[in-house]
Amino acid sequence: MKTFLAEIDVMPKKEILDPQGKAVTGSMKNLGLSEIQNVRIGKHISLEIEADNEATASAKVDEACKNLLANLIMESYNFTLTEK
Amino acid sequence: MKFGVVIFPGSNCDEDIIHVLQNVMGQQVVRLWHKDHDLQGAEFIVLPGGFSFGDYLRSGAIARFSPIMQEVIQFAAKGGKVMGICNGFQILTEAGLLPGALLHNRNRKFICRNIYLKAQTPNSLVTRGIDPQRALKIPLAHGEGNYFADADVLKALNDNDQVLFRYCDEAGNITDDSNPNGSLENIAGVTNSGRNVFGFMPHPERAAEALVGNQDGLAIFESILSLANA
Repeated sequence: MKTFLAEIDVMPKKEILDPQGKAVTGSMKNLGLSEIQNVRIGKHISLEIEADNEATASAKVDEACKNLLANLIMESYNFTLTEK
Repeated sequence: MKFGVVIFPGSNCDEDIIHVLQNVMGQQVVRLWHKDHDLQGAEFIVLPGGFSFGDYLRSGAIARFSPIMQEVIQFAAKGGKVMGICNGFQILTEAGLLPGALLHNRNRKFICRNIYLKAQTPNSLVTRGIDPQRALKIPLAHGEGNYFADADVLKALNDNDQVLFRYCDEAGNITDDSNPNGSLENIAGVTNSGRNVFGFMPHPERAAEALVGNQDGLAIFESILSLANA
């Protein structure tokens, strides 16, 4: 058994309004950084998973993302895996 | 009718709906703890409002995997009646029992005030007894109630008459100004294609007694029970 570290990003889909990102984009102006546009805010999730190989680990992380960590109606996700 | 009200850690409208069903509507109610595996013979399941599991990850995302929800999902698959109010609606969308999702309110604020809504279809248990011209004044209390569905799902909802309620103004006009949270087409509640699962964001259980100064919510409970007793 190997242990893999998954680093997962969950982001609101492009077509979906991201009120947090919009508010932060607005505050950039107050910082004098009006060059910064289109802030979008999602989640970063890290987790450890035990599996025989990377393919199995990847399939299980994918299942976790689809069923719980992301809601595919409003969010998209991607992740990287590294062996610990 | 025997109602089952599911209680999750973080539910906070459970006692309100139990009170209304039991003491105002005179119905039998059983409390169903989220770890239970038995619906105790309830004929109508209610998922109450609140902040189940602290709204961690996403509203309703964790509650959807509670043991009792596996029973609720099976019950609904067999045609059992299930209704979610506010967080209960969020849980039903997360569970895939209702289409769409509830996003953060477009104004980035937690909304806690009375709004108006109109019943949109005579063809559902929760709306069939409601005058479609009547604007019901009902309390709203949520941060994530902005109803979203992709274009295909939205079309199917309209084509199949699955929209239960839309937000409107006091005079009953369905306008963008009367849309409190940015919901697509002012949608406040929907039913599934089988028409046995219902979800909406407003809280009729907070407006069902003269004591609280507003009884508009009674129309929904009366609609449910008039059919049940028919």
